[in-house]
Amino acid sequence: MSAAQENLLDMLDKDSKSDINYTSATFKSTRVMNGHSVERMPGGQLDFRISHRFGRLNSGAYELFGLDQSNIRFGLEYGINDWLMIGAGRGSYEKTFDGFAKFSLFRQSTGARNMPVSVSFLSTVAVNSLKWADPSRTNYFSSRLSYVAQILVARKFNQSFSFQLMPAYVHRNLVATELDPNDLYSIGAGGRIKLTSRISFNAEYYYLANPKKYISQEVYDPLSIGFDIETGGHVFQLIFTNSVAMIEKGFIGETTGSWGKGDIHFGFNISRVFTLKRK
Amino acid sequence: MKRLFFILIITGFFIQASGQKYITKNGYIGFFSHTPVEDIKADNNQVASVLDISTGEIVFQVLIKSFRFEKALMEEHFNENYMESEKYPRATFTGKITNLSAVRFSSAGVYEVEVEGDLTIHGATKKVKAKGTIEVAKETIAASSKFSIDPEDYNINIPNVVRNKIAKTIEITVNMKYSTSGNQ
Repeated sequence: MSAAQENLLDMLDKDSKSDINYTSATFKSTRVMNGHSVERMPGGQLDFRISHRFGRLNSGAYELFGLDQSNIRFGLEYGINDWLMIGAGRGSYEKTFDGFAKFSLFRQSTGARNMPVSVSFLSTVAVNSLKWADPSRTNYFSSRLSYVAQILVARKFNQSFSFQLMPAYVHRNLVATELDPNDLYSIGAGGRIKLTSRISFNAEYYYLANPKKYISQEVYDPLSIGFDIETGGHVFQLIFTNSVAMIEKGFIGETTGSWGKGDIHFGFNISRVFTLKRK
Repeated sequence: MKRLFFILIITGFFIQASGQKYITKNGYIGFFSHTPVEDIKADNNQVASVLDISTGEIVFQVLIKSFRFEKALMEEHFNENYMESEKYPRATFTGKITNLSAVRFSSAGVYEVEVEGDLTIHGATKKVKAKGTIEVAKETIAASSKFSIDPEDYNINIPNVVRNKIAKTIEITVNMKYSTSGNQ
């Protein structure tokens, strides 16, 4: 490169510094593991997700270490535009239908606008469709409902490391006993470390702030670790977790497995993205 | 006041001197990859370039993140997995029109040119030769070219699972419209 050419390049450099440089791909998928990540489907993209959680690893060889049982959730999730996505799914855990909306409020950026974190807001509703435990009493449809509101704050520190904090509020219209709290408060933390450009190691933990002695079930905080493997239009997430539920309402307040006792479920999420609207 | 006058004269002098330089900030560069499985096309309308008509020197600067794809996921993979655009945010070309005498910048017309120089993509620099045309109009100069490059030459790693979706050779299209003010 000659000096004259270098001067010409410098000339262009001066003009190109004023753009906003948005951070992309803080996480590979819209889920860290069980819970949501700050990512959303871009506008016009449909994500078809199939998730499985098998039985407990400690159930032994007779149950093929849990593989003989399986919980499933499948969902269709769509990006309406570049800041709003919606989704609906059905999980075999409590025969639950769920729906959610996720809003992208801030995006991490450098350049003309400096924003240290990305922030999304998630609102979900779940409908338990199990047969009534006691059909003889007056049962209300509203008793089937539970709601979750969650703020997701994430930062991509560098190409390989991203970290997310996600406080969550869960409201259950009906709980098992009078003592059980209708409202649950939780704070989650999750992150990923990229091992190669297509594989990352992820971990996610939710701390349940409610005193566990008032909860009639013996519940534990959900901890999940696993890998994202990306191949073109698919993302595979392989997961080890102590929770069978794949929606917030289930894994935050109703995780009955304990890592310490070996109640670990192997599972996976498969995400396949279809482009419905081309740019 | 005297100083201001002086500055005005000096800058005026430089503007005169840079009259030989034609600029654009919204030139077009696109690429196309064809395989039986999938066609991939991306467009970038924010390419900056300077053409010095007195020396024939020509430079391009391309922000990798400004390439737009039909599918949002392709755009993400392009930046994240292939081009690593956080690490290598821009591609540059610095070169020269080798047959400058064939172009008469003083009269309108279309001229065939050859350009030779260094193309830097993904941190790797390779010598590139390409043919193109230069169209001289009243106040503007348009330049266009088509050439091909191999991603492999620029250390762009394409794994086996997507090998059949990304062509070995990528066709590049360049369309620039220069003016002295760069506002075209």
